[in-house]
Amino acid sequence: MPVDIDIDESSVTAYLSGEIDHHSAAELRRTIDEAVEHAYPEVLVLDFGGVTFMDSSGIGLVMGRWKLMRDISGRVVIENAPKAIKKVMKMSGIEKLVSMDDKKEGSFV
Amino acid sequence: MKPINEMKLSFEGRSCNESFARSAVAAFVAVLDPNMEELSDIKTAVSEAVTNCIVHGYRDKIGTVYIHAKIFEGARVSINIKDRGCGIADVKKAMEPLFTTCETGERAGLGFSIMGSFMDRLRVRSKPGSGTSVTLEKIIVSKGK
Repeated sequence: MPVDIDIDESSVTAYLSGEIDHHSAAELRRTIDEAVEHAYPEVLVLDFGGVTFMDSSGIGLVMGRWKLMRDISGRVVIENAPKAIKKVMKMSGIEKLVSMDDKKEGSFV
Repeated sequence: MKPINEMKLSFEGRSCNESFARSAVAAFVAVLDPNMEELSDIKTAVSEAVTNCIVHGYRDKIGTVYIHAKIFEGARVSINIKDRGCGIADVKKAMEPLFTTCETGERAGLGFSIMGSFMDRLRVRSKPGSGTSVTLEKIIVSKGK
């Protein structure tokens, strides 16, 4: 489960791809948190455009990052989540905590 | 009722096998020609059940996870996923949305909610000390549409 990180002056963007489950989430968490703790951004963007599968471990991942960003008075934005990933996210009510920004509507993967 | 096809799988409860387990079940049901959403629902529910066996059933040890999947007439799929781990003392409590016993691992407590809502039927049987058995059922209606 690879993740590419972009850091600019006010934001950290994590481009997630592949499958997010309990196994892959641990490494994602480490990589994203390292970038956030290095950059202290105002916004953490989680780009789900390349994600082909996600179970509730992905919700845990988003909730954990939401707490981290809240602690540094920042916020989390979710971008480009495919329909299947949104369906899982909707189970959690997480869209009340983070904004879902759709630049492009993903297909059902 | 006798199934028209079935498969059994057992594997070590290592987290790297979560992906293998859901892909294997998806490949088994592919003959029913499910659409992408149905397939994704099944993979997600299986992933939740298998992760529960690994994270909760066996906790800090590696045990065997068992999957027994059956296909019945009428495109009905039944998937039983079980462990011989610690079991659940209060199944009703464990099935409440957002309930989790895992304080450190960022578990959302939504596994059973997802299994119940993504599948047509969910049955959970558990006995403390002997393990947990989860049966997921879904009727494939799309025929690829």
